[in-house]
Amino acid sequence: MRLTIWGCRGSVPTPGPSTVTYGGNTSCVEVALDDEAALILDAGTGIRALGAELAKRGTRRIHLFLTHLHFDHLEGLRFFAPLWDENVTLEIHGPRSPVLSLRDRILRAFSPPLFPLDFRDVPAMVFFHDLPGEPWCANGLTLSSELVLHPGPTVGLRLATSTSTVAYLPDHEPALAGIEGRASEWISAGALAHDADVVLHDSQYFEDEYETRIGWGHSSVAHAVAFSEAVGAKRLVLFHHEPNHSDRDLERLEDRARELTRSLDGAPVLAREGMLLDVG
Amino acid sequence: MATQQKQLLLILAREFTSNLSTPSLIANAEGTLVFYNEAAEAVVGRRFSETGEMPLEEWLVPFEPRETDSTPLPAERRPTHIALVERRPAHERYLITSADGVERVIEVSAFPLFAHTDEFVGIVAIFWRV
Repeated sequence: MRLTIWGCRGSVPTPGPSTVTYGGNTSCVEVALDDEAALILDAGTGIRALGAELAKRGTRRIHLFLTHLHFDHLEGLRFFAPLWDENVTLEIHGPRSPVLSLRDRILRAFSPPLFPLDFRDVPAMVFFHDLPGEPWCANGLTLSSELVLHPGPTVGLRLATSTSTVAYLPDHEPALAGIEGRASEWISAGALAHDADVVLHDSQYFEDEYETRIGWGHSSVAHAVAFSEAVGAKRLVLFHHEPNHSDRDLERLEDRARELTRSLDGAPVLAREGMLLDVG
Repeated sequence: MATQQKQLLLILAREFTSNLSTPSLIANAEGTLVFYNEAAEAVVGRRFSETGEMPLEEWLVPFEPRETDSTPLPAERRPTHIALVERRPAHERYLITSADGVERVIEVSAFPLFAHTDEFVGIVAIFWRV
């Protein structure tokens, strides 16, 4: 399985000289499929550049999985070139709310005063699929979803092939319901990340920063490591970088993750824009 | 997936009740007792780690739920049964015998948990010694 990271910043885009190494675009990950379709996880601002790339490739069938609809995971969709191409079919999967379907929730982002155009103006063929649902399968890859701990309806994703497994948990605060001393089944996303080869996990804060942001839906670096070890993951990729963290801050966070690591197979690494992850 | 994650609402309910000093228990949609807190352990006289998961109705048998005049309390009047089967809140006062052999009057309130798209995922019951 090959993943390309197009955005890994949390909360809000952070362009500028202090973030050039790890990038300022918000969450977006491309998963390579062995056909002409594209599989994308989240539609943060990173999806804009990916859209330009897909247009160049002539990709006309796209599957987009949204973990949730906070703006940093959705705002790039409106500037995603394939959406404005009538030859494209876009299948959008994401969580519904207790009262609104995924479609109705997304349409809110495509209406004044948030956006000048209405979704009716979108030329691409768009289909909506509520999550969590039955696992989605294509080309030997199975993608499963479960609700996870983060404010509002939010899913985590597990991608599995016959040889590799990746868990994608960009916004996740499992510590709120306990990690250490819990059986995996009682840990939020415990099954999604169980024995995964790679976990891309929220690690927005240093431990002292987390203390003043409990319940905001994100993890400290210590919780990201503890979660990964509790579920038996092999490698941890630190994701959803705090917007106030410079490249240098992030490197200190990576050092801290490595200090805390006890049972992972490899040292945790920071996600960065343009990073290729070959798994399995 | 190698293991089955508990429903997120049950995970949250467990965390919530484990921080309550009010005796509380949680059962899943199938009627399996999946957790009770330390305060409940003090009332029933048995630790959850000793009990483990088991059918709620089976767990209740040794406590001999009965009316205050000692006639057996029918299942259909137990709040946990009503919340599980009829999926509505219920409240009742009745008598039990704790694991330590002490007879206690308790009041029980149980309510159903509905998750996304009204999916029934289980119940929470809280109880008091009267």
